[in-house]
Amino acid sequence: MTEVGAGHAHLLYRATDSPVHRLPPEAKIAAMVAFTIAVVATPREALWAFGAYALLVAAVAALARVNARWLLLRSTIELPFVLFAVALPFLGAGERVDVAGLHLSVDGLYGAWNIIAKGTLGVWASLLLAATTNTRDLIVGLDRLRCPQILTQIATFMLRYLDVLVGEARRMRVARISRGDDPRFVWQLRGFAAGVGALFLRAFERGERVYLAMLSRGYAGRMPTVWQGTAAATTGQWLIAATVPVLAGTVAATAAVLT
Amino acid sequence: METLAMHISNGIINGPVAAVFAAIALAAMAYCVMRGRQDLDDRLAPMAGLVAAFIFAVQMLNFPIFTAGVSGHLLGGALAAMLVGPWVGALCVAVVLVVQALVFGDGGVAMLGLNITNMAVIGIAVAYLLIALLLRVLPRSPTGLAVTAFVAALVSVVVAAMGFVLQYQLGGTTDLGGNLAGLAGTMAVSHLFIGVGEGLITATTVVTVAKVRPDLVYALRALKPAAPVTVPTVGGVR
Repeated sequence: MTEVGAGHAHLLYRATDSPVHRLPPEAKIAAMVAFTIAVVATPREALWAFGAYALLVAAVAALARVNARWLLLRSTIELPFVLFAVALPFLGAGERVDVAGLHLSVDGLYGAWNIIAKGTLGVWASLLLAATTNTRDLIVGLDRLRCPQILTQIATFMLRYLDVLVGEARRMRVARISRGDDPRFVWQLRGFAAGVGALFLRAFERGERVYLAMLSRGYAGRMPTVWQGTAAATTGQWLIAATVPVLAGTVAATAAVLT
Repeated sequence: METLAMHISNGIINGPVAAVFAAIALAAMAYCVMRGRQDLDDRLAPMAGLVAAFIFAVQMLNFPIFTAGVSGHLLGGALAAMLVGPWVGALCVAVVLVVQALVFGDGGVAMLGLNITNMAVIGIAVAYLLIALLLRVLPRSPTGLAVTAFVAALVSVVVAAMGFVLQYQLGGTTDLGGNLAGLAGTMAVSHLFIGVGEGLITATTVVTVAKVRPDLVYALRALKPAAPVTVPTVGGVR
């Protein structure tokens, strides 16, 4: 486990410095969750509200020095739901409308818009959290938000073992390909399944040794304070983080009143 | 490896229904935390982390299976129930879902209650009930264990997928009318395929682990205490 002691940066973390990066994780997590709930609670007919949310996301992205291209590229994670959304105007029941020669369901069109707009805003919010918070801080944040210790403990180990597992799996795949295997379609399941038990055991025995080493050094279910990157959020930092969800909440309330 | 979102994303199910399921998920998780604390010992703690990491990794793998717009993926519920038990297992799946929603944008944060209910509560409950039943009925052999794991995984995946159909019926943001049956059918068929894949992976993993380290399989410890279990000194020379 070469990454022990390193920053546990993950795939989506953007290692730069910005006001958003410096905010304590618990404030960012709370702000992100509150923002998402405000977005989801917004009536779908209030098109302008979603424009306002997008502006908010853009402002935070600019502040966090996350460029638009990266954000858009990573949003493709949403693609299966976009496909589902595209099917809705054709499948939806009720009143129909003719658009460019197509006989579409009005409810379905709104439904598609609802999924794409709310889904995309949610993905952007979590991408911004991911870009500005490394996994270690994420767990520290959850811990400070009074998340039960058993959960943060599982999450800590999960993130520690993830790199080991993915690395081992990749090495086994390369080994298979270099021996003439051609993994594609459903047939790769067999090769994958044949090696999966061994992969699991190897990773476990490695992880168990690390765990026992941690226990012998005084680990009791929570990482030491020195491990935490930032101090707990001050009232001022909570207020700064609250600006985004408060603005979003205002937009949502206005939209609800107007429609 | 391409990563795609596969959990319910924001805006698919309406707010009130999402809130109700969030309450259900929260209550179920609180109970699991209570029971899980008693289970979590020095052997189970690293195992729980590895199971969670394994589920996380497996959910990122996409097996190209044809689905008409509705995508599916492996769940890992049966594996978790088998190796770390229902309480810690449900917590493992929930942790995976929370981390995916928070930093990968996979599954909306506002829809977490729905996703946790489907995969961590329904998926694990069905898997563990089947495991408990089949381990008592089937012969105590690697084949019996493999069949148990396969069936538990297959059925739990399909039932969890039906959880989504039920939630869509209760609070889908678009009224599909008669097409809801079509959605149910698509979900059932696609998850039947996924369930077979999941069943094979679960069965091979569990059988391999049970052969080398039977002490690590929770279901064998809890449900078949009579079985000769060799417990190597933890952390000792192997």
